[in-house]
Amino acid sequence: MPTVHDWINNPLGVVDGMFAQSHSSPDWEKKVVEYFKEKLKLNDAHAWVPSLNDVPLHYLKPNSLVKFRCMVQDMFDPEFFMGVYEMNDPTSNSKQVKCGKYKDVTECGNSYAGTSQARVVPSTSYVPNRHKRSYEEDDEMDTQSQQMKDVSQGAHSSADSHGNMEPKRQETKAPSQDSSPSHCTSSLDLNFPLPGEKGPACLVKVYENWDSFKLNDMLEVFGILSVDPALSVIADEREASSLLDPTEGMETVEEQRVHSPPASLVPRLHMLHAQPLVHNNPLLPSSALENNGDHLGSVLGELASVRAELLTFFTHVLMGDSLAAEYLILHLISNVYSRRDVLPLGKFTLNLSGCPLSSPYTEHLYNVIQQLVPSSFRLCMSLHNMNNHRMVPRKDYTANRLMSGILQLANNTSLFLDETQLEQGQLDTTGVQNITALGNLISWQKVDYDFNYHQMEFPCNINVLIASEGRSLLPSDCQIHLRPTLNPPNLEEYLSAVQVAQVPSLINKYRIYLSMARALNYTISDEITKAVEEDFVEMRKDDPQSMSAEDLHRLLVVARLLSLSHGQNTLSRDGWMKAKQLEVLRISQTQQQKCLNGNEP
Amino acid sequence: MSSPSSQSRKRDPPTPASEDPLSPPSQRSRAHDTSTELQPMPTSPAMDNSLFSSPMAPRSVLQSEIDASSPLMYGTPSSRVEGTPRSGIRGTPARQRPDLGSVRKAPQVDMHSEPPSGDAAAGSEQGTGAAGQRLVIWGTDVNVGTCKEKFQRFLQHFTDPNSKEDENAGLDLNEPLYMQKLDEISVVGEPVLNVNCSHIQTFDADLYRQLICYPQEVIPTFDMAVNELFFDRFPDSVLEHQIQVRPYSAVKTRNMRALNPEDIDQLITISGMVIRTSQLIPEMQEAFFRCQVCAFNTRVEVDRGRIAEPAVCRNCNTTHSLALVHNRSAFSDKQMIKLQESPEDMPAGQTPHTTVVYAHNDLVDKVQPGDRINITGIYRAAPMRLNPRQSQVKSVYKTHIDAIHFRKTDEKRLHGVDEDGDQKLFTKDRVAMLKELAAKPDVYERLSSALAPSIYEHEDIKKGILLQLFGGTRKDFSQTGRGNFRAEINILLCGDPGTSKSQLLQYVFNLVPRGQYTSGKGSSAVGLTAYVMKDPETRQLVLQTGALVLSDNGICCIDEFDKMSDSTRSVLHEVMEQQTLSIAKAGIICQLNARTSVLAAANPVESQWNPKKTTIENIQLPHTLLSRFDLIFLMLDPQDEAYDRRLAHHLVSLYYQSEEQIEEEHLDMAVLKDYIAFARTTVHPRLNEEASQALIEAYVDMRKIGSGRGMVSAYPRQLESLIRLSEAHAKVRFSSKVETIDVEEAKRLHREALKQSATDPRTGFVDISILTTGMSATARKRKEEVAQALKKLIQTKGKTPAMKYQQLFDDLRGQSEAAITKDMFDEALRALADEDYLTVTGKTVRLL
Repeated sequence: MPTVHDWINNPLGVVDGMFAQSHSSPDWEKKVVEYFKEKLKLNDAHAWVPSLNDVPLHYLKPNSLVKFRCMVQDMFDPEFFMGVYEMNDPTSNSKQVKCGKYKDVTECGNSYAGTSQARVVPSTSYVPNRHKRSYEEDDEMDTQSQQMKDVSQGAHSSADSHGNMEPKRQETKAPSQDSSPSHCTSSLDLNFPLPGEKGPACLVKVYENWDSFKLNDMLEVFGILSVDPALSVIADEREASSLLDPTEGMETVEEQRVHSPPASLVPRLHMLHAQPLVHNNPLLPSSALENNGDHLGSVLGELASVRAELLTFFTHVLMGDSLAAEYLILHLISNVYSRRDVLPLGKFTLNLSGCPLSSPYTEHLYNVIQQLVPSSFRLCMSLHNMNNHRMVPRKDYTANRLMSGILQLANNTSLFLDETQLEQGQLDTTGVQNITALGNLISWQKVDYDFNYHQMEFPCNINVLIASEGRSLLPSDCQIHLRPTLNPPNLEEYLSAVQVAQVPSLINKYRIYLSMARALNYTISDEITKAVEEDFVEMRKDDPQSMSAEDLHRLLVVARLLSLSHGQNTLSRDGWMKAKQLEVLRISQTQQQKCLNGNEP
Repeated sequence: MSSPSSQSRKRDPPTPASEDPLSPPSQRSRAHDTSTELQPMPTSPAMDNSLFSSPMAPRSVLQSEIDASSPLMYGTPSSRVEGTPRSGIRGTPARQRPDLGSVRKAPQVDMHSEPPSGDAAAGSEQGTGAAGQRLVIWGTDVNVGTCKEKFQRFLQHFTDPNSKEDENAGLDLNEPLYMQKLDEISVVGEPVLNVNCSHIQTFDADLYRQLICYPQEVIPTFDMAVNELFFDRFPDSVLEHQIQVRPYSAVKTRNMRALNPEDIDQLITISGMVIRTSQLIPEMQEAFFRCQVCAFNTRVEVDRGRIAEPAVCRNCNTTHSLALVHNRSAFSDKQMIKLQESPEDMPAGQTPHTTVVYAHNDLVDKVQPGDRINITGIYRAAPMRLNPRQSQVKSVYKTHIDAIHFRKTDEKRLHGVDEDGDQKLFTKDRVAMLKELAAKPDVYERLSSALAPSIYEHEDIKKGILLQLFGGTRKDFSQTGRGNFRAEINILLCGDPGTSKSQLLQYVFNLVPRGQYTSGKGSSAVGLTAYVMKDPETRQLVLQTGALVLSDNGICCIDEFDKMSDSTRSVLHEVMEQQTLSIAKAGIICQLNARTSVLAAANPVESQWNPKKTTIENIQLPHTLLSRFDLIFLMLDPQDEAYDRRLAHHLVSLYYQSEEQIEEEHLDMAVLKDYIAFARTTVHPRLNEEASQALIEAYVDMRKIGSGRGMVSAYPRQLESLIRLSEAHAKVRFSSKVETIDVEEAKRLHREALKQSATDPRTGFVDISILTTGMSATARKRKEEVAQALKKLIQTKGKTPAMKYQQLFDDLRGQSEAAITKDMFDEALRALADEDYLTVTGKTVRLL
C-alpha cells in the first residue's frame, strides 16, 4: 500500500503501479484520477501538497505532486502522447510494457523496439499565470505594491532588452539550483497580461475533460511536476537540428520559444485533478461556501460591525463623503451573477468624479482598494498609455500564441481606471480601439480578442472603477460626485495616517467581508416584486422623465448590493426604501455639482 | 509478386498488432506506420510495401532509361521528361505522390525483381485470389485486384442525376459522371481526377470504408485503375504525368476539435481557415551521388525521410567515395500551411485550435492566408525526439495532415448568387424538431418573443427584426435588365436614448452567424466598405474588406446611425438598394457583393424625440436614405401606467428568476439560430395567385388613402417591401408558398411602422411622402398658400416697384390669421422669385 508520502512524493510510482495492476482493462486511467481525488478529499490532505505559488521551484522535488493556483492564460493545440509503449531491454532481452501518461520523456534509452498499441489521448496545454494577488501575507505588503506597478511608470521595455545572454548560460548549466528565478523571468517573455508582473508561470498538460476549461478560468491544479532539463532545448540548438530531421521542422523558432520554454523557468505540470476557484481570497477556504456553514455563521455574526468599520474607513479615505463610501462598498461586492442573452446582470461600474487633480490622491485611493481585494490593477489613462498599450489580447500567428493584454483579467478583478491622468491630445488608432474595448468591457462585460482574421468575444467579470475629475468619457452604471467635507492641509499625510490606523487583523476582516458578501445568494420574494412594481408605476406617474427603465435597472442592482452588504440574502421592503433613498441622495449630490459647475465663470 | 506478402503472413511480424487481422484497422495501420518511421529496420512491413507500390514501377523504370545528365535538371522526376513524345500508360511518367507519404517507397531492388507493369501483377493476383487465397496488402484488408476492379466499375457506371455541384456544370447528368471527367482530362490535359467520396459511398460502401481507412494503399490503386481505364480509352493522349486521383469530402467531415488518435493515417476532411503559409520547401525525393574516384553515378531514393548514403562505390569498390550532387538530385515542392478552426466551430471561451497541413507539388500555393477551406488529407503523427542526437523520444507526437485536396468554401460567395456557402448540416432529429415547431400555429409569436427576451415589449419591432432575419426570396431579373431584386429587409430604429436600441442591435449581432456591429460615430466610409492596402512584405495591393462586405448574407448592425458623417452614409445608398459595392481606388476597380440587411439605430437630433416634428426632422437623415428602409420603427418611451407596470414586472423578474425559469418560458437562442439558418437555406417561398392579388389590393389601397387628400401615399418601393415582408413571413412558417395570411401580416407590420414613422404631426395622417421626399404634403401645401397670400398682398399694394423687406413681412403677418415665421416668409419670397415675379436684393424687394 502506498503511504501518504508516496502519493505526494512519487505519484508516478502510484500511476505505474495501478497501470501494472490493471494491465488489460482500459479504465485504469479513471481509477488513477479517482484515487488522487479521494486522497485529496481526505481531511486537509490538499494542504500537505506543496504549492508552486509559495515554494520556489528549486525546493520542489521533480516528479512530485504539487498544487498551483492559476489563471488559464492561453490554450495550445492538443498533442498526442504515447499511452502505452513497449520497450526492449537489451541485457535480458525481455520486453516491458510501460505507460507514457503524465510523463514528458519516455524512459527508454537506446534499446527500444517499436511502440505497440500507442493509444494516444489528446492533451491541451495551458500557460496559466499566477493571477494577481495583492495580498498573501501581510509582511509582504511592500513588495506586493511594487508588483502592482502602475503602467504610467512604464519601465517595461528595459526588461525585455535585458539580453538573452544570461539565461542561456543558465540553460547550459541546466539545473537551475542557484539561479534566481525572478531574474530569468524578466528576460524571457512570459506573456503576462499586466506589465511588471512576476510570479511562476507553468505549462499545465490536461488529460481528462480538457473541453471543460475556459480561458481566464481560475483553477487550483493538482499535478505532477516535471522539470526535465531535456525539455529546455531552445531555438538555437533546434535550428541546427532541424536539418537533420525534417519532421521536426514544423515549428518556427518563435513557436518553439513559446511552446517549449526552459523547464527551469516554466515547469510543466501534468494535471491529475483541478478544481475551479470561486474566489482567490486566501483567508477563506477555497472550496464552495456552502460546505462551511459554521465558518459562514461566525463571519455573519460580526458582519454588521465590520461593515460599519469599513464604512468609516472609506469615509475617511474619501475625505468625509459617507455616501461615496457607501457606494464604494456596493461597487466592491458587485459581481456579474448572470447573463440574459447579451445583457450582463449585476455589474456595477462606478464613476467616482470630482477626484482632486493636484495630489496623488487616486494613487492612494487605489492603494486602499488594492489592500482589500484579492486582485486589482490600476490603469492610468494617460494619452501615452492609451496610444501605446495593447489592451486587447491578440493572437500572434507566427509564434502561435495569444499575446496577452491588460484586459485579460481573471474574474472579479478590480480594474481601477485613473482618468485624472488623461490630458488633451490626439488618440491614434490604437487609442480609439482601446477606448472602444474599455467601453465594451463596461457596457457588456466582454472583451473582443483580436484573432487577426476575426474577433472572438470572451465574456468577463471585472469590477471597473473610474476615477475622474468630471464625468467620465467612458460609460458607467453609476456616477457619484465626491463631496469632501474634510479638508486636511496635507492630503498625503492624512491618507497615510488613515491607512496606518487600520490594524492588520481588521483589514483581514474587511477582506473576508468583501469576499463573503459577494458570494452570498440573493432572491426577491413575490411580495416585494409586487411592491417594487407598484413603486415604479407610482414614480413614473409623478414624473416619467425622472424614472426610466434604465433607472429601474440601476435601482434593482443597488437594492441587491445593499442587501448583500448587510448580509441579507433577500430584498426586504426596508432595503428597497433604503436603496431608493440612497439613489435620491446620489442624484441630488451629482446634480448639485452640475449646478455649481454651471455657475462658475 | 504474391510471394512476399504470403510469406509475411506466414512469418508473422513481431509486432503484436499483426497477429490479429480483425482488430480495428486504425490501430494496425498506425502501429505499422510508426514502426517503420521510428526505426529503419528491415521488418516485414517494408518488404511488403513492394506489393502496393507496384503502380510506381513504371516510373522507376522510366527514370533509369532517360538520360538526365544535364546539370540544369532540377525538379520532379516528371519534369525531366517534359516534351518527350509518348503516349499510353507505359509512356506517361507517374508522378510521385508525396502526399501519400514518401515513407512508403519500396526499395529499388524489389522493383526490378518484379514484373514491371502493374496490371500484370494485378492479373496474377486475381488468379491466385480466384484460387481461394485472398491476398491483401499487409496490415489492411485491401486486395489490390478487387479494389481496382471495383473502382473501375465505379468510374464506368456511377451517375448522379441529382448532382448540384457547380463543377459538374455542363456535364450530362445521366451519363456516367466520371467517364465524362476523363474525357475532360483528355481534352484539357490536366491529369487530376477529383472524386467525391460520397459518390463512392453510395456506390460501394465497402470500397469507401477501405478508402477512408487505408488511403495510402487504396489511392495508388485507384490511380492505377484510372490510368488503365484512361489509356484504354485514349491511347494516344499525352499527359504531363499519370492521372492522380484526389478524393474529397470524405463524408465524415470533422471538426478540428474532434480529431482523435483514431484518425491517424486515415482519410479525413476538415474545414478551417488558413492562417499562415510557409515558403516553398524543396524536399528531396531522390539523391544523386557521384563517386569521387571513378565518377560513377548512382541514385538513391528517399526512404522514410532518410537517404541511405551508399558507403561503397559499386563500380570501383572504394569506400566512402560518393558525394552528393545537389543539382542533380530530384526535389519536390512542399509547403507548410497552418489551419485554424473556423470561428463558428469554436466553443465559447476557448481559443481556436490549429493544425499543420503539408501541401505537395501542385497543391503548393493553392491557398492564401485568410481563405476558408475544406481540406481532405491523411492525418499523420510522428514522434518527436528530445534531441536529434539521441534516440530518446518525447512522450508526445507531432501531428500534421498531408493534403490531398483543397476546396475553398468562400469562393462561391464571391461570384455566385446562392446563399448556401456554408450550409449548416442539421441532424435529422433537429430538422424534425424544427419542423414540428414550424407546424405550430403560433410559431411567429413564439419566435418573436424568443428574440431578445431581456428587452421588454416592442412586439412589432421584434417581429420586424425577425422577418429581417429570415429575409425575402432572392429573385433574379437580370435577363430583363432589372438585375437582382433585393431580398434583404432593412430596418431603422429611431427613438429616445436609453430605449435599449443598442441592446437589441447587440442581440441581433450575436444571433446571426455573419453579423457585423459598427457604430456610426467610429466608422468611416472606408471601414464600412473596403479599402486597398499595400502589403508591407510583398508590396502587393491587397483589398481589405469592411463591415458591409463582411456581413454579406448577414446583417450589418449600425448603431448611432445619425452620428455618421454624410460621406460615410452615402456609400450605403448603393448597398441598400443594389446590394453591391463599387470600389475604384488605387488601380483596383471592382464591384463586391454586399447582400446585407442593415439594421440601424438612430437617436433624435434633439436627444429627445419631438412628437411635433416629422421623422425626418427628428433624425435629420436624408430622405433618399430613409426610403431605402423597409420598416422604420420608433422606439419611444410610452408614458402609460399599464405599460409601466408590465415593464417593471419584466425587469424585476429579470433579476430574480433563475436560468431554468427563463428557459422554460422562451425558446433557446440556439434553437432560434438553427431555425433561422434552416429556413434561410431550405425555404424559398413564391407568391401564389391569391397572395399576389392581395398584394395588388393592398398597394392600390395604400395609393387610394393618399389620393383623396391629393397625396401619394405609396410608391413601388413600398410594394417591394410588402412582397419581401410577406415572403419572410412565409419562411417563418416553412411554407414554400406565400399565402394571404403572410400578406396580411406584412401589411399590418408595414402599416404599423408607417403609422409610427410617417405620421404627419400637423394633420395626424399617415403620409408616405415624409419619407420619400422629406416633406409632408400638407407642409408643401402650406408653403404654397403663404406664397399665394404674399403675392396677393403685393398685388393689393399696387404699382410699387420696390418694398422694404421688413415692412412686407410685418404686413403679411398682420394679414394672415396663422402665425407666419420668418422662415416661411423667406421661403415664400424664394418661391415667388422662382416664378420671376420679384427679386430680393438685400433689404428691398423689387417687382419685375
